[in-house]
Amino acid sequence: MEVLNPDQWVDKYADYLYNYTIVRVNDPIVAQDLISETFLAGLKSKKNFKGEATERTWLISILKRKIIDYYRKINSKKGKAEVHISYRDEDSEGDWLEENAADPFDRTAEDRMENKELGLAILECLEKLPEKQATIFKLKTVENFDTETICKEYNITPSNLWVIIHRARKSMVECLEKNWFN
Amino acid sequence: MKFFMKCDEAVHVCDKSQYNEASFFEKLKLKMHILICVLCRSHAKQNTKLTKTIKSANIKTLRPEEKQRIKTKLQNEIKNGHNS
Repeated sequence: MEVLNPDQWVDKYADYLYNYTIVRVNDPIVAQDLISETFLAGLKSKKNFKGEATERTWLISILKRKIIDYYRKINSKKGKAEVHISYRDEDSEGDWLEENAADPFDRTAEDRMENKELGLAILECLEKLPEKQATIFKLKTVENFDTETICKEYNITPSNLWVIIHRARKSMVECLEKNWFN
Repeated sequence: MKFFMKCDEAVHVCDKSQYNEASFFEKLKLKMHILICVLCRSHAKQNTKLTKTIKSANIKTLRPEEKQRIKTKLQNEIKNGHNS
């Protein structure tokens, strides 16, 4: 059964949540605020966590509500939300929009869509690595820090670094082969 | 310096070259090695594919200061009893 470790949330999930949010709100500042609100809300509703989902899935479900709230807020500021819809055929014109909306309980469709986001798949694989390995690999590969800077920061030798990088790359190839390339 | 490298060296140079940190001569030796070694050839192919995949994903990360800010906020909140 899954348990929550709020102490590790930022290190483990902040980048995942950020990538999830940024494609949906398209504003770095707003995304940062939504993430920080999500973590705080998660902490407050810790008791509601049943341990059925993973920690990350649970945080994402909170984040989704925060994103919806955000859009509600900016829409109510505008006064009216504009809805454009193209009817599938003449006959259905005038039918309730709700009937045309996707089934909200069709979780699989949404999951499938989320899985199409490569960045999230990569970050998911990173979560499976030992913490130090994941951090160093991310610094080197995603944020393009040079070897010297990382060695200094973590007090390791370049050969230590390359061993860590090699192990991380090996696990990442295996994980992405399984979960992304199939 | 020997012109033919062993597999473990080839693997190491291959990792370095993913980050443009291999020298010209190292890369040349790696190419020679890959010509004759099937195992290292397939490893190099996968390794390069990983590099390209990660690059194409265009992952955004939060700045360290921003992470620290959120962490501090969260830790204060934990201390203030929400964790009881």
